[in-house]
Amino acid sequence: MNEITPSSGGNSEPGINGHSPAPAQLGYSPVAEIPHRLRVTDTDPKAARRAERQVAAMFTLSMVFVMLSVIAYVVIDKYAVLYIPVLGEVGASNVVLGLTFGLAVFLIGAGAIQWAKKLMPDVEVVQERHDMVSEKEDDNLAAANYERGKEESGFARYKMIRRSLIGAMALLPIPIIVVLRDLWITPPGENPTEILSTTLWTKGIRIVSDGTFMPVRPEDLPVGGLVSALPEGILEVQEEEHNLNARGKAAIILVRMDPEQIRSQQGEGWDYNGILAYSKICTHVGCPIALYEQRTHHLLCPCHQSTFDLADSGAVIFGPAARNMPQLPISVDEEGYLIATQDFAVPVGPSFWERDKA
Amino acid sequence: MSTTTDHPVEQIGGATAKYVDQRLGSNKFLGANLGKVFPDHWSFMLGEIALYSFIVVLLTGTFLTLFYNPSMVEVVYNGSYVPLKGVQMSEAYASSLDISFEVRGGLLIRQMHHWSALIFVAAMAVHMFRVFFTGAFRKPREFNWLVGVGLTALALGAGFTGYSLPDDLLSGTGLQIIRGILQSIPLIGTWAAFLVFGGEFPGTEIIPRLYAAHILLIPGIILALITVHLMMVWTQKHTQFPGPGRTNTNVVGYPLLPVYMAKAGGFFFIVFGIIALIGGLVTVNPIWLFGPYTPDQVSSGTQPDWYIGWLDGALRLMPNWESVIAGFTISWNVLIPSVVIPGILFTGLALYPFLEAWATGDKREHNLLERPRNAPVRTGIGVAAIVFYGILWIGGGNDVIAAAFNLSFNVLSWTLRISLIILPPIAFLVTKRICLGLQRKDREKLLHGYESGRVLRLPHGEFIEVHQPLNYKELAVISAKEDLPVLPASVKTDADGVRNPSYRVDQLRHKLSSFFLRDNIERPTDAEIEAGQAHAAHSAGLEAPLHEYEELDQDPVGHGGVLHHPGMPMTNQEQVDQRQ
Repeated sequence: MNEITPSSGGNSEPGINGHSPAPAQLGYSPVAEIPHRLRVTDTDPKAARRAERQVAAMFTLSMVFVMLSVIAYVVIDKYAVLYIPVLGEVGASNVVLGLTFGLAVFLIGAGAIQWAKKLMPDVEVVQERHDMVSEKEDDNLAAANYERGKEESGFARYKMIRRSLIGAMALLPIPIIVVLRDLWITPPGENPTEILSTTLWTKGIRIVSDGTFMPVRPEDLPVGGLVSALPEGILEVQEEEHNLNARGKAAIILVRMDPEQIRSQQGEGWDYNGILAYSKICTHVGCPIALYEQRTHHLLCPCHQSTFDLADSGAVIFGPAARNMPQLPISVDEEGYLIATQDFAVPVGPSFWERDKA
Repeated sequence: MSTTTDHPVEQIGGATAKYVDQRLGSNKFLGANLGKVFPDHWSFMLGEIALYSFIVVLLTGTFLTLFYNPSMVEVVYNGSYVPLKGVQMSEAYASSLDISFEVRGGLLIRQMHHWSALIFVAAMAVHMFRVFFTGAFRKPREFNWLVGVGLTALALGAGFTGYSLPDDLLSGTGLQIIRGILQSIPLIGTWAAFLVFGGEFPGTEIIPRLYAAHILLIPGIILALITVHLMMVWTQKHTQFPGPGRTNTNVVGYPLLPVYMAKAGGFFFIVFGIIALIGGLVTVNPIWLFGPYTPDQVSSGTQPDWYIGWLDGALRLMPNWESVIAGFTISWNVLIPSVVIPGILFTGLALYPFLEAWATGDKREHNLLERPRNAPVRTGIGVAAIVFYGILWIGGGNDVIAAAFNLSFNVLSWTLRISLIILPPIAFLVTKRICLGLQRKDREKLLHGYESGRVLRLPHGEFIEVHQPLNYKELAVISAKEDLPVLPASVKTDADGVRNPSYRVDQLRHKLSSFFLRDNIERPTDAEIEAGQAHAAHSAGLEAPLHEYEELDQDPVGHGGVLHHPGMPMTNQEQVDQRQ
């Protein structure tokens, strides 16, 4: 290895560091034009020793903090809580580990930089660049080798070989794409459009409130109120299917307003005494919505602020959504519980290519 | 301080180096490269921050994989976080909670992972600004710019896939939005969504798939590209800012060993240490507060990580256009902001170096960085793009901003929509004017020195303002400006009446080059600069009798340090010798 400082070049290993080259041999030379200001550590040996002690102190402190972090790991109970002004109640273990380990690492860096700044040479040096472009002879050699390769392989002459090889290489990626097909394993007869267009709701399914899963009676819902709801039996379906897919489509909100104030609905008599059921899944990109302002009957999506008027067929009145919130027609069964009278008339959630074919 | 070669450790080191060299010829590389010079500038640290925070991401991420379980199987939580006891959740979420509460140091590592990822993307973005505004992407470094653009896109992917893994309510909502975006792609969208999610949303496949992408695929590619990125920097040598002694064909700075190694190596520990301190002191993504994911719930004020904010903002600001053509639905309201705009932005970024070189006809190799003012159109385009991005980013927080400042978000959204269209061109024009103004000022300084603000009455009664010559640093920086001519206009048919086949292309190029270069304020010639500085020195000299009381050996132009005087070291060697 070349040493930067000739004073340290020994002769114990000839061929490795057995020569002490002059600066010119190191590949750079001083920048004559740049005036240079000496640092205190360059002129005052005391200052240099002080800097040495500072660097060593940082490295030593780093060791201390490493030990402290190990001690903290062992000693501090992982559930212990600490009160720190500004931060409030925090996990003691997390804060102390972060502080001790962070400082241990930081101090190594700070020491190294202090070392470089105070004690290592600070004279800028210059090195010549070389153009990226190759020398003419390398250029010619490459061209000659290419020509030789072309000639010897006959790539230009054997048209059939060339074309069939290009064809083979072009087709090769196809299986790689084809095998990705089973990322989605469809049972026979299933197609995405159908899946996206049907939910658990059918005629007669009771509406249960989310959380309690108890059927909802019209009188449970005051005027101006909003309830998140699901079809009865949703938990059993989830259990059976081991996923939340059914919930992602069937989630609805129930709102009750003065029947006088309902200006329009998506179907004749789809409400029940002023109770309206709408999909909870935004028609923009599918966020669930439940921010409802009862005075204006506006429903606001928290993700992208699409706003729907539930008193007017769930029409979009602001924001990026393009479609009305789909309405679910409801009624009550003989026991007086709210039920759906059919599935949604249109697919719920975000639009998709085949949506209007559905 | 000085080393001795007979130290046993060095003997072992030397023997090892010899052993390796006999097999790999490594000393040839070391000999040529241990003294490699790197230029110094604070802005060159930005890329380093990105590199180092990525290393921290890898280290902390590896620790997290030991405890995280990428499974969407539902379990009942029974850990120590009381509010969620007995709640149904995915194993992914449960294991993320366990990392936060049961594993000692787990929360620290999780937060360090998240913070370093945020810093990684931020540092990349600012690094990219530096490279763009100083023209560091110009020949011969176009490939490295492309690699950088690729890295930026991958970093967004790495961030998003990682952010989704805890399967909390917030991250699941992000995935729901991704589903909506996929579905908006014409023709293949519905199938694409079903393939990605393994069927219907949310399904049970997405978390394990994102996990594979997040811990193997994306970081693998990032690592490979970073290697290429650094190898190219190494081969091409780092660019440098103009300054005394710095030319297009040299590098002025500090040698790799020891100065640069100590500074850059030390800086790694600084970045690492600061991330650990932040991870210990500042909570990030407190997933336990959000609860497990379920597709029918959401919390208000949902915000993605900062680097996704602009895409969310684009989704929010887009008008609600959707059309049905031949029975098929095209959701422009989703497609444009989340697919088309990012596509245009990244394509534009990738192509920019080639477009600029083509438009300006600049085929020279550039190792000296260009000051932003000397490329007014480029700087203007960059600022316009930042303004465009910034408005989208603000749009991503429009609900939070509306709530915080008590504004109507309808008004805010409309303001942002309009701003998105009119502010970037205004930003372009203003930036370009500022750049040209600065160019004029530079020209003045070269021709007349700088105005000292001191008015002098000469013995014969004339009043002059004293101009002072520039100091050596400023002179070197300002006079490094390079001018390019506007490409000549093309002719339809030449003198012999022959049609010029490339007329349209040439004419387009002429117009583009004129757009880039026509307003350029020309740099004075060397002779003019010399005369101007001499004149300024003369004017300053008239003032000299007033300063007789001042120390005689004081640097007469001293603004950038003490001038070299005999006895000062000129080289590392002299400096070392002098100290001993």
